[in-house]
Amino acid sequence: MSMINYASREINCKLVYYGPGLGGKTTNLEFVYNKVAPGSRGKMISLATETERTLFFDFLPVDLGTIRGFKVKFHLYTVPGQVYYNASRKLILKGVDGVVFVADSQIERMDANIEAMQNLYENMVQHGYDLTKIPFAVQYNKRDLPNAAPVAELQAAVNPGWAVDEPAKQRQVADPYHDSELLVWQQDGHWVERAPYFEAVAVTGEGVFDTLKAISKSVVKTLG
Amino acid sequence: MTGASSWSFREDDSRRIHGILRGFLGETNARTALIVDRTGQLVATVGEAPAFDPTAFASLTAADFSANDQLARMLGEAEFGALFHQGERESMYLADVARRVILVVLFDNRTTLGLVKLRVKPVVGQLNQVFTEMFDRDGRSAPGVESAFLGEAEGEIDKLFGS
Repeated sequence: MSMINYASREINCKLVYYGPGLGGKTTNLEFVYNKVAPGSRGKMISLATETERTLFFDFLPVDLGTIRGFKVKFHLYTVPGQVYYNASRKLILKGVDGVVFVADSQIERMDANIEAMQNLYENMVQHGYDLTKIPFAVQYNKRDLPNAAPVAELQAAVNPGWAVDEPAKQRQVADPYHDSELLVWQQDGHWVERAPYFEAVAVTGEGVFDTLKAISKSVVKTLG
Repeated sequence: MTGASSWSFREDDSRRIHGILRGFLGETNARTALIVDRTGQLVATVGEAPAFDPTAFASLTAADFSANDQLARMLGEAEFGALFHQGERESMYLADVARRVILVVLFDNRTTLGLVKLRVKPVVGQLNQVFTEMFDRDGRSAPGVESAFLGEAEGEIDKLFGS
C-alpha cells in the first residue's frame, strides 16, 4: 500500500491493467468510466497515439466514498501493450497496489500473452516488487470470439501458478469465483498457488466489474 | 521484497510542510505549491487552489517526472533533479524531494523563474529532511486502518461496482 494521508484523510490505491497490445485494457477502463456514476469518478486521461493506441497510459480515478472518516480512491491505470513501449510500461508500475493482467483469449495471441506475462514479472522484479505477494488477478478477455482458446489452455499457459514456500500458506484454498476449482493446491508433493481468473468480453462489459471488484477487495485487505 | 513500500502522511507532517511552503510562496510570489508522490498521488496543496483537476494533474506530473528521469539516464545523468515547463502566462517548476516525492511550483508573470529557482533550493533541502524523517519512521511502523474499515470498504465496493 502506498500512502495513507492522515492530513487530508485520504487513502489512494493504485491498480494497473497490464497485458499484450490490443487485449482490451483501455476498453476495461472505458467501460468502468461509462458505467460508474459521474459523481464517483474523475476525468479519464488517455495518453494515446493518433490511432488510439495507448502511448503512455490511461488513467481513471474512481471514488469509493468516505469510510470510517477516510476518502478512499482507486486510481486505475493501463499500460501500453505494444512490446516496444516497455520503458513507459515499467514506469506505470511504480507504487502499484494491485495488478490485473488482461489476456487476449484468441488462440493466435497465446505467445503475446505469455510474453507480456513474462515482461510483467520482470518489470515488477526490477522495481523490487513480488507479483506473487500483492493482489493480482487475470482476466481472459474476448471470450465471445470464435477463435478464443479454452480457458484451461489459457490457464496452463498464462497462469500456471507459482510455488508456495511459506508453510503457513501451504493449505488448500478454494477458488471463490469458480466452483470446484482451487487457488492453492498440492501437485506432485509441491504446493502451488495461482491468481484468480475472470472471463470477460470487455466491449460489452461482461466480467469487467467482476474483475475490478475482486482486485479492489484484495487491495483493501492489504490496508489492515 | 513484496509490494510498494508503505508510508503515511500525518497532520503534523502536513503542518510542517505547509509552513515551509507558505514561506516560500510569500518570498517568491508564486501561486501554488503542490507535493505529488512519485506514484502519482497528490500529497499536499498550498497557496491558491488550482482550477484544474488535481488528481489528474498529480498522475501526469509523476509520469512526466519519471519519463524525464529515464531520459536523464540515457544521457548518462543519474537524474534531472528539476524540470521547468514554460507557458505564455503560466509556468511550472518541478523538483525532486528525497527521491520519493516531487515539489511542483506553479507561477505566472508576477514572479520570475530566476527568483523561483533561487528560493526553491533551501526549500527542497528542508523538505528533503522532513520527508526522509517521515519515510524512516514508517519503515519502522507503518500504521494500518482499523478492522471495521475493511468490512465497510467491501460493502462500498459491492455497491459501486455492482454486487
